[in-house]
Amino acid sequence: MRLIDVAQFASGSLRGSPARTLLMMLAMSIGVAAVVVLTALGDGARLYVINQFASLGTNLVIVLPGRTETAGIGPGMLLGQIPREITLDDAQTILRSRAVKRIAPLTVGSATISKDALNREVVVLGSTSDLLEVRHMSIGIGKFLPAGDIYESTSVCVLGNQIARELFGNERAVGQWVRLGDRRFRVIGVLEGQGESMGMRTDELVIVPVASAHQLFNTSGLFRILVEAKNRDSIEQARHDAEQFMFQRHGGEKDVTVITQDAVLATFDRILTALTMAVGGIAAISLAVAGVLIMNVMLIAVAQRVKEIGLLKALGAPGVQIRNLFFAEAALLSGIGSLAGLLLGYTGSTIIGQIYPTLPVSPPWWAVIAACATALGTGILFSVWPARRAARLDPVAALAGR
Amino acid sequence: MIELAKVSRIFDVGDQQVAALRDIDLSIAKGDYVSIMGPSGSGKSTLLNMIGLLDRPSSGTYLLGGGNVTDLNDQQQAKVRSEMIGFVFQAFHLVPRLTASMNIELPLILAGIAVEERKSRVEELLKNYGLSDRADHRPDQLSGGQRQRVAIARATCMHPAVLLADEPTGNLDQATGKEVMNLLEELVAQQVALIVVTHDPAIGGRAHRQLHMVDGQIISESAKGVAA
Repeated sequence: MRLIDVAQFASGSLRGSPARTLLMMLAMSIGVAAVVVLTALGDGARLYVINQFASLGTNLVIVLPGRTETAGIGPGMLLGQIPREITLDDAQTILRSRAVKRIAPLTVGSATISKDALNREVVVLGSTSDLLEVRHMSIGIGKFLPAGDIYESTSVCVLGNQIARELFGNERAVGQWVRLGDRRFRVIGVLEGQGESMGMRTDELVIVPVASAHQLFNTSGLFRILVEAKNRDSIEQARHDAEQFMFQRHGGEKDVTVITQDAVLATFDRILTALTMAVGGIAAISLAVAGVLIMNVMLIAVAQRVKEIGLLKALGAPGVQIRNLFFAEAALLSGIGSLAGLLLGYTGSTIIGQIYPTLPVSPPWWAVIAACATALGTGILFSVWPARRAARLDPVAALAGR
Repeated sequence: MIELAKVSRIFDVGDQQVAALRDIDLSIAKGDYVSIMGPSGSGKSTLLNMIGLLDRPSSGTYLLGGGNVTDLNDQQQAKVRSEMIGFVFQAFHLVPRLTASMNIELPLILAGIAVEERKSRVEELLKNYGLSDRADHRPDQLSGGQRQRVAIARATCMHPAVLLADEPTGNLDQATGKEVMNLLEELVAQQVALIVVTHDPAIGGRAHRQLHMVDGQIISESAKGVAA
């Protein structure tokens, strides 16, 4: 029997009972659509997080004081010493690495900002001119911190978008003076509204030169050093160099933690991919249910078509051929069902994408292939038993309808 | 053509064994026209199924067309049925969702014959059996006689050497039955061995060789025109 004839015969018998066929295809397509939509959502969440990370800056290595893990017990720990702080000089040495493009030292504190009678509490970030590039910020009005001697504490500041609005309303902020703690600063620029990125609202920040921040908060330590590697391949070298320089400068003690943004990103990527797969797997259960449904309906079909099967045998169809006919029916059912499911799933994801434009919803290719393969697989797997049953019918009894 | 030697068929009914056929010896030549008659339960249908390779003998040997077909496997049996044997049933056994021409085409499809060849053979058969204007009708739109004509066309489309008819007129009125028998008898002239199972003496009496069965045995054979 030719393949095309098998397909035609099978589709003929499917069309013979349209309601049943449609219901089975519906079950199959809902299963496939569920996998597609849910994995699209999961993958959308993954992409969302990755994009958020990218907005923090690219090829970043972050140096922070203290160490989350220790290699044995050092004398400092017994004395209850706090980790040595990272200084501006430490930060400057990192620039010696050939893998490093630029750095931005960070000091963070909070202070009261006031202008005339208005005042509020703000997060003050002390940094250098390179922060703008390293953190992918953009300036709205005026200029960012001036480049130059980073040890010089000039009294200039850059305001976050929202702070500027709250203090100055519609007035021009650039060129005005504000009071931060006990010092006066001249506003030289306002950041462009950026919204939230990884939990830090740049709109509510005030940025001052790092030396000014040190004076303001009366410290000399850095909260973090953001190091931007030259390119993706040199991230590891930059990390290694930063660690090495800090090791040397801190008297052979590993008291800083150096993390790469990539490592953090990879962790998130792994977690969210696993989550997506888990969600997709749960959705795939509905495909198994659809498979059981196909088996059930196939068994009924075999029982109903006993005479036809007997006839086919009498007309010269061996058991194998009859089995293949039932396989073809199952394959057609689940094939068309999964196509309909894909359509449904893609429509669903598009609609969700329209409702939540910030979420990049699109089903990952592996989920689409897996869903279709599972649908076809379960369809055929669950038709094995009915098809074998049909193939093994005794022709004499089958013709008599027994 | 057909050689049955000491063929028996024993069914297990509960813990009893019932012999449907006992030591049947039978030989049928090309172009023979044989009727098998007897009361219900005499084993005539079982014998027909045996000849049609739908059933296997419990003992004995069966030669068909010179080859031993007693112990063929399912695939080989199916091939022999497809190439050598045609069936006509009392209940017609047409596939209800297929049109008349598609029903006739079925054995050709199963045998994997090319589309053009199929179309021309079906065309010819439809014409020969006066069904050309009924080609696209489904079985439930056909009369009993037309349905049996479709079934005969289907049985002959593979040019079988043996045609087996189990009560071919059982579901038809007398006039139509006669018409159907005439069609079947035309095939005998084309060297097809025709074997008809019936309990109607009027039908069975038309055959050249008439076998009478009782209790799984052929008790007598008579030629046409001689009373049993």
